[in-house]
Amino acid sequence: MLSALLVLGGLGLVLGAVLGWAEVKFRVADDPLVEKIDAILPQTQCGQCGFPGCKPYAEAIAKGEAPINKCPPGGADGVKRLAELLGVDPPAADDMEHKPRAVAVIDENTCIGCTLCIQSCPVDAIVGASKQLHVILEKQCTGCELCLPPCPVDCIHMVVVKEDLATWKWRYPVHTLRRVA
Amino acid sequence: MEHYLLILIGTVFVNNIVMSKILGLCPFLGVSKKLETSIGMGAATTFVLTLASGASYLIDVYLLGPDLSYLRTLTFIVVIAGIVGFTEMFIKKTSPVLFRVLGIYLPLITTNCAVLGIPLLNAQAQSNFIESLLFGLGGALGFTLVLVLFAALRERLEAADVPKPFRGVSIAMITAGLMSLAFMGFAGLIR
Amino acid sequence: MSRTLHPFNGGIHPDDHKAESSAGLIQAMPLLARYVVPLSQHIGAPARPLVTAGDTVLKGQMIGAPEGYVSVGVHAPTSGRVIAVEPRPTPHPSGLYDLAVVIEADGEDRAVEFQPVPWRELDASSLRNRLREMGLAGLGGAVFPSYIKLNPGRSAVHTLILNAAECEPWITCDDRLMRERAAQVLEGAEVMRTLLGAAAILVGIEDNKPEAAQALRAAAAANTEVVAVPTLYPSGAAKQLTRLLTGIEVPSGGRSTDAGIQVFNAGTAYALWRALALGEPMISRIVTCTGHVARPGNWEVRLGAPVADLLAAAGGTLEGCSGEIVGGPMMGFELMDRAAPVTKAVNCILAKSPALFPAKPAALPCIRCGACARACPADLQPFEMYWFSRVRDFGKAQGYSLFDCIECGCCSHVCPSHIPLVDYFRFAKSEIWERERDKTASDEARRRHEFKTFRLEREKKEKAEKFAKAAEASKAKAEGAGAGDDPDAAKKKAILEAALARAAKAREGVTPKNTENLPPAVQREIAEIDARREQAEPPSDVNHG
Repeated sequence: MLSALLVLGGLGLVLGAVLGWAEVKFRVADDPLVEKIDAILPQTQCGQCGFPGCKPYAEAIAKGEAPINKCPPGGADGVKRLAELLGVDPPAADDMEHKPRAVAVIDENTCIGCTLCIQSCPVDAIVGASKQLHVILEKQCTGCELCLPPCPVDCIHMVVVKEDLATWKWRYPVHTLRRVA
Repeated sequence: MEHYLLILIGTVFVNNIVMSKILGLCPFLGVSKKLETSIGMGAATTFVLTLASGASYLIDVYLLGPDLSYLRTLTFIVVIAGIVGFTEMFIKKTSPVLFRVLGIYLPLITTNCAVLGIPLLNAQAQSNFIESLLFGLGGALGFTLVLVLFAALRERLEAADVPKPFRGVSIAMITAGLMSLAFMGFAGLIR
Repeated sequence: MSRTLHPFNGGIHPDDHKAESSAGLIQAMPLLARYVVPLSQHIGAPARPLVTAGDTVLKGQMIGAPEGYVSVGVHAPTSGRVIAVEPRPTPHPSGLYDLAVVIEADGEDRAVEFQPVPWRELDASSLRNRLREMGLAGLGGAVFPSYIKLNPGRSAVHTLILNAAECEPWITCDDRLMRERAAQVLEGAEVMRTLLGAAAILVGIEDNKPEAAQALRAAAAANTEVVAVPTLYPSGAAKQLTRLLTGIEVPSGGRSTDAGIQVFNAGTAYALWRALALGEPMISRIVTCTGHVARPGNWEVRLGAPVADLLAAAGGTLEGCSGEIVGGPMMGFELMDRAAPVTKAVNCILAKSPALFPAKPAALPCIRCGACARACPADLQPFEMYWFSRVRDFGKAQGYSLFDCIECGCCSHVCPSHIPLVDYFRFAKSEIWERERDKTASDEARRRHEFKTFRLEREKKEKAEKFAKAAEASKAKAEGAGAGDDPDAAKKKAILEAALARAAKAREGVTPKNTENLPPAVQREIAEIDARREQAEPPSDVNHG
């Protein structure tokens, strides 16, 4: 009886010591997973996920605090790639209607130059000064729509970016499989 | 020498731990969705299993002896749990993505019946130290081989036109069954 | 003729249908009333329009200037008046409109004075620049600016391969060109050879064009070897022809110049001769118009001539025409709009009929027979690429070297299940390109967001520091002036003064935010918009007064 206790107790002590040492030795300071998740997110910084930007959302996903299907700009494709990275089944993306890419445009005649939209733009894509007309840089605009609510005169609207020769894509081949049986 | 080689080949192909002993099915079906993950899981299991069979041999012979052999299962589980804990920390440090992807299956190596089964089979067969190690290594290599092959098949199945009722786990089970049949062919390898 | 050939794997033998259009001489298209000249006829950045509606132009006058490195000039095909610079249909599989200069011809066809270029006296760099301005781009189909390809850079080019294989069925424009103007083609090639510093010229021509090969041999100089290669599609693809003639395989992702080879199309060599010997910029090319038309043949077409007019010149399409293909039947694409013009990239207009091009039967599942892999001239495994492209697993498709696919169509041609394999590869490629673009955009957005966060942080800190300083100063002031007056009033006054000063300062220095680091184009745009606003609301100043 005593020997059995000694054997088990001794084993426990030895293993405990080894694990304690490993815990110290292999301590992980920060989570590099965040970077990988952040790289998949579309960086619109729109906050539709409920987090103030893409990085905080990535951190939340890495900690397991947020589901991966909260990013409408990333679309079903983004969810799929996140699921692949994290090795989980992609959740049903039913609440994720994918909007075509759009950019914000300021109506020159209505803008009063209040600078409110400039402050709200997460990527500094709006140029202007107080009492001066503001302009949105089309190339830099991520289409996050964060500038729409602050505008006091509703002079900003979203314009869908049309396909041109540079961005045109070959469509998925439409071919129907012939029924054999 | 030939004896040891036979043990290795026999455990990897003929008496494959998954395909003919039907042990370790949980990770076999659980982490075979992606090739990279399965390779990681295979490596982790190989590490744990080889170490565990060596350590359990030593404990069984030198610590327990014939008097305390009723403690075998208990001590083996403790040892395996310790090694798995160590592996877990190591992987978390070296490959966080793999750690995340393996998820619950990593600590569950502890309860992988293959990992407990091989040391127990060793003790039952009264193998010597080298035999135990080789048995552990061979079993783990066999597990890895089958896991990787199966993962590659499943990746391909993702793109296949599988009839709706058979999608997902169902077709995976059918595939596993076919693979098991194929592995029976190895029985003719050693007379 | 003792050269050993190094056949590539795969390839197919489609019906060549060359006889229909190769019999007659190259004919000149009559002058049209209207030309639509797209500003983006080459790979790379579109040319910048130099004319606006109402301008008069002369034949050969530059109407689009090269913009950026990968770009060449665009020229007026005839004299006349510009009636619009606007999006027009283009010969592109999408059928999208693209910016084009529409010229109404005055019928006089007056040209700017063409000066032959004394190319022997010019140094290589300025000669290349001339070719860039003259709009020279490869006429084989990729329309890559020739002046870039003519710069050997650091690699030593030892052989210039002149691609005269013309392996696509139906097309005969290079065949006719070489039969009739072999000497000029070779003269152009000679300039190319000199620019590249190559030792020899190899002309690869399929053996189904004996007359053209004969003409070339008759005109060939000592350093030029005309090699007849077996007729096998796609021996006219650059990499395949290189391997066939020299045995050199250009590595995946590598450039042929690294292996000491440069390949040019025979038509490009002729265009280069025209540019230098006649001084005429690229305003015309030879186009085959064949298939279901009354008089198939080859025409010398001014660039910008609508396809409808070319079809009319060929006697019009026959009864039962079911659309046109731009290019050949293997690699070409459906023409969406007959108003689209002939551009530098168009080598053939092929009218279809159900008899000539019967509809493909519906596709069956892939049976993994491997016929496509045996037919693939690029040594790829099309069935694997298809397997993963089909389910949008682009990473894996790319793993099977999707981007080495030359889209020649051999796999689709031999597929017993009639799967349009190339369509899947094109789809997968453009999806991958889009991802790449999205990635670049999101990286840029991340960078800008991080900078904004950093800027806000910095401003906050600066403000806090300023505030602390001001508070300290006012405290000191209050303590110094203190005793006499009511301390409370003094404090209030100080705060009021500070606020007033701040407000005044703010009024003075309305410094526009975020206007640093703007490209000049955007700054110009802002200035323009400002000017417009001032015009739009002049009385606002009065109100202020």
